[in-house]
Amino acid sequence: MLNKDNALVWIATFADAVIAKKEFLSDLDAPIGDGDHGFNMARGLAAVKEALVATPPQTLTDVFKTVAMQLLSKVGGASGPLYSSAFLAMIKAIDNKETLTNEEVADMLQAGLDSVKMRGKAEVGEKTMIDLWTPAIKALREGQLNDSVIDQFVEATAPIKATKGRASYLGDRSIGHIDPGSYSSGIFFKAMLQSGVLG
Amino acid sequence: MKKIINHVDHIVEEMLQGVAHAHNDLVHRVGQTRVIARNYEGKGKVGIISGGGSGHEPSHGGFVGQGMLSAAVAGDVFTSPTPDMVLDGIKAANKGAGVFLVIKNYTGDVLNFEMAKDMASMEGIDVEYCITDDDIAVEDSLYTAGRRGVGGTVLVHKILGANAERGASLRELKALSEKLLPEIKTLGLALHAATVPAAGKPGFELKEDEIEFGIGIHNEPGYRKAQLRSSAEMAKEFYDRLKSAYPLKSGDKLAVLVNGMGSTPLMELYIFANDVYKLLKADGILVEYSKVGNYMTSIDMAGLSLTFLRLSNGQYLKDLREPAHTIAW
Repeated sequence: MLNKDNALVWIATFADAVIAKKEFLSDLDAPIGDGDHGFNMARGLAAVKEALVATPPQTLTDVFKTVAMQLLSKVGGASGPLYSSAFLAMIKAIDNKETLTNEEVADMLQAGLDSVKMRGKAEVGEKTMIDLWTPAIKALREGQLNDSVIDQFVEATAPIKATKGRASYLGDRSIGHIDPGSYSSGIFFKAMLQSGVLG
Repeated sequence: MKKIINHVDHIVEEMLQGVAHAHNDLVHRVGQTRVIARNYEGKGKVGIISGGGSGHEPSHGGFVGQGMLSAAVAGDVFTSPTPDMVLDGIKAANKGAGVFLVIKNYTGDVLNFEMAKDMASMEGIDVEYCITDDDIAVEDSLYTAGRRGVGGTVLVHKILGANAERGASLRELKALSEKLLPEIKTLGLALHAATVPAAGKPGFELKEDEIEFGIGIHNEPGYRKAQLRSSAEMAKEFYDRLKSAYPLKSGDKLAVLVNGMGSTPLMELYIFANDVYKLLKADGILVEYSKVGNYMTSIDMAGLSLTFLRLSNGQYLKDLREPAHTIAW
């Protein structure tokens, strides 16, 4: 059951893991992007943590609102608007409820994914975060989501040839590299599993 | 890395403060925002804003002023401004007739500006935009994020700016941009990559006798590495590609922009421009308007870009010749 308290754990876990891996994430981005994904996300998520402490959220919706607004104004690049679009759409899907069942969590994440697809004008198979979110939500609905399948989904972005984002300019040279946005999204889904949101 | 800076994290802030002081007769900074806005803006006129990552100076703040942009938004170095920064720019430029955004085609820029447009709409501000994609080095938009917006964007600022100044509506500017953008084509080359201050080293390596054709304005790779060659031969390489991209024919009229990438001397830009004029003349193509200088740079990249604007509509030439009171036009 997702509620305000475990949502806070989820976001804090996500933030800490990204901050710990910021160099690694930026290194993933260097060969196919502009090498700043980890630094940008870490900056945004550090701001999220600060804002959640400065103004403790009163509701589940407030948690995600703070996340969305901080990512919107602190991350930049492509990932800032994409992640914040996802959170803004998730807020709508929460519809001011205070608790969400597993199925409702999957619906909420699906709303986030739909928003990312619309904002980024991208589909599955273009080497973007959509290639992580899509199978991860499916696995969640089937009760099959765990760390090792998330790792597999991340790895599965390597053979894809990028057709969206800066990596697309490399054409075939983008093949063989893991998509950094999928990697950070993988951290987000793993953080959800660790935070007791499900079940 | 040798740069005249205080701290890599303070570059944009200190640059904006410097710009606002140096040119306070023309522009001002809007509060503590990332926005440089013009001092005098007519009531009821459509606002035009542009922007992007910093490191392209004089773009974009250098083109703020009467006859061109209403405001410019400066992101971090080579990083798109965030939606809230762009929203600050939209608000500064909004005088009740709506705001037109000139966005260069980079995934980050497009996402952040579109999101700002949505936020502005929620606040009741009418916003339209165009996405410049003049770099023909990148071919197929089916398989990539599409052609990049580079040096030719400056000509879009000028022509849309002249029309806005005369009272064109938001819809008229949108319609004009749709006709204008396909007439603008650009190619860039680098002798040496740009050094992003936070990275501390050049974005890619070129040997002493090597150049790269087709580079973007953020160290993006081009279409071919080649041996260093004469200015005339470099001009021929770009001229042939640009000519066939339209294709141009004898009697066509052009505006030509030879743009420096940051650390190439004007002396060399003029030599290259001279070679381009010779090629055009030999084919009976008329140069009606010319600009040579640093307009859309890439920090300290050595190199240049060549932009053609086909003057398919006689009004474009008049718009280019209209006076503009900006820092850098």
